[in-house]
Amino acid sequence: MVNGLTLGCVYAVVALGYTMVYGIVQLINFAHGEVVMIGCMVAFSVIVALAPTGLPPAVIVGAGIAAAVPACMAVGYVIERVAYRPLRAAPRLAPLITAIGVSIVLQHLALLVWSRNIIAFPQIIELRLFHFGTSETSAAISNVQLAIIGTSIAMMAGLVTLVYRTKLGIAMRATSQNPQVAGLMGIDVNRVISATFLIGAGLGAVAGAMVGTYYGVAHYQMGFLLGLKAFSAAVLGGIGNLAGAVLGGILMGLIEALGAGYVGDFTNVCLMDRFLPGFAEVCAASPESSLFGSNYKDVYAFIVLILVLVFRPSGLLGERVGDRA
Amino acid sequence: MSLLALEKVEVHYGGIRAVKGIDLVVGQGELVCLIGANGAGKTTTLRAITGLAHAGGRIVYDGEDIAGAKPHEIARKGIALVPEGRGVFPQLTIEENLAMGAYTRGDRAAVAGDVERVFTLFPRLKERMRQTAGTMSGGEQQMLAIGRALMSRPRLLLLDEPSMGLAPIMVDRIFEVIRQIAGEGVTMLLVEQNARLALEASRRAYVLESGLVTLSGEASALLHDPQVRQAYLGE
Repeated sequence: MVNGLTLGCVYAVVALGYTMVYGIVQLINFAHGEVVMIGCMVAFSVIVALAPTGLPPAVIVGAGIAAAVPACMAVGYVIERVAYRPLRAAPRLAPLITAIGVSIVLQHLALLVWSRNIIAFPQIIELRLFHFGTSETSAAISNVQLAIIGTSIAMMAGLVTLVYRTKLGIAMRATSQNPQVAGLMGIDVNRVISATFLIGAGLGAVAGAMVGTYYGVAHYQMGFLLGLKAFSAAVLGGIGNLAGAVLGGILMGLIEALGAGYVGDFTNVCLMDRFLPGFAEVCAASPESSLFGSNYKDVYAFIVLILVLVFRPSGLLGERVGDRA
Repeated sequence: MSLLALEKVEVHYGGIRAVKGIDLVVGQGELVCLIGANGAGKTTTLRAITGLAHAGGRIVYDGEDIAGAKPHEIARKGIALVPEGRGVFPQLTIEENLAMGAYTRGDRAAVAGDVERVFTLFPRLKERMRQTAGTMSGGEQQMLAIGRALMSRPRLLLLDEPSMGLAPIMVDRIFEVIRQIAGEGVTMLLVEQNARLALEASRRAYVLESGLVTLSGEASALLHDPQVRQAYLGE
């Protein structure tokens, strides 16, 4: 449950990047997952470099994030400027395919820079558990999880304030509703779109650093699956809708964690041996054998995506998609 | 002295010439109207002035050729358009729509004062200031679109079919406000299908037919011109 919530917060922050960009230019920025990956890589590089200095872990991780955010913002800005802006007037399929292309390019750039090896997070953070109950076996939350959840909530609150309370935020919403009229108001639409990419990439950078710290590893292909899940989360909540992205992200994290945890137990063949003879040998070798164990955790996210697309294509909170009055 | 002068302005859409070289002048403080049938090129002319359509020829505003400038650059020079179909931001509140009208301004106190002025012109907007614009009636949206344009304190206000699709009582109210704004000295170019109302409100007028100016002159004279009466006033 706590694992799911932590993961969900990360998905939510990444999903916000997808949904903001979609809201303003109706483009699924498939390269966003790679931006998150680059955020993770840059943060790791800094953290690995600083680890031997013996500074407090929070300072080291903070420095990693501080380096990752501007790096990702630069990547996000360049992607928009070079790859998407020239295609603004093109049919929607063209920028979509470009997005996939950009994603592949970024992956291979990361491969060149950081090699194909898995980068491990240095052991600088001492994991501490806080138990909800009094016993040692009750549900617990670690300091890293608390930090991830806290940071995510702070960022989401900041984003909501930005979008709903500031002039730039109102201009972003105006541009998403009617870019032509927004221009007539004196709004430089290109600048607003750039700002959207910058903010989305900045959020992605922090999410990348968090997910890397959480799992303790980084890899040049990590952005693909993470991005796809966050995209599914955005669709689940209703793409283009900020609250939807948060809800979708958290649900996605919970579904994945609970699915991996419980569906595995439910389908544990060893507990069903009375109905399923023939597994005795397997069970003798490994009593945890299960039909759909935690290796299937990635599947649940996509089962959810498929169900949403079949039964509620506009997403949970997405009633107004398509209604641009 | 003229605030706006179009010289041989042409607009092409694909292979079609929608506006075929028109000359038009709007003097400082004048209310000028542009009338004509559907498809005559009225809206296209306004799109050319605001930079939404690419135009050939010269568009001289305040002594400077603005043809080819971007819409947001033109807006920053003091030209505001109330677009055809109103173009309010449907999911922003009335307040936020008005704030967008004042996007280029940094003087918060004066902006707040202008919001109050718009609310005095259209009390209905004040009652609904926290509602989203999409929930309002067409007439209310038109009021909002005019109010939003005024928020930029434009030197030149362009109005595209402000009476379109509105109930007669609402049309009267909108034109009352147009006269009032004109009385305050705002220069206006009004595009209208309701030729009688437009001519009655304006000082001078241009008649546009298939992308060309076919008639122009004092509005009161055109109102009594037999050709205009037959073609546009339904007599």
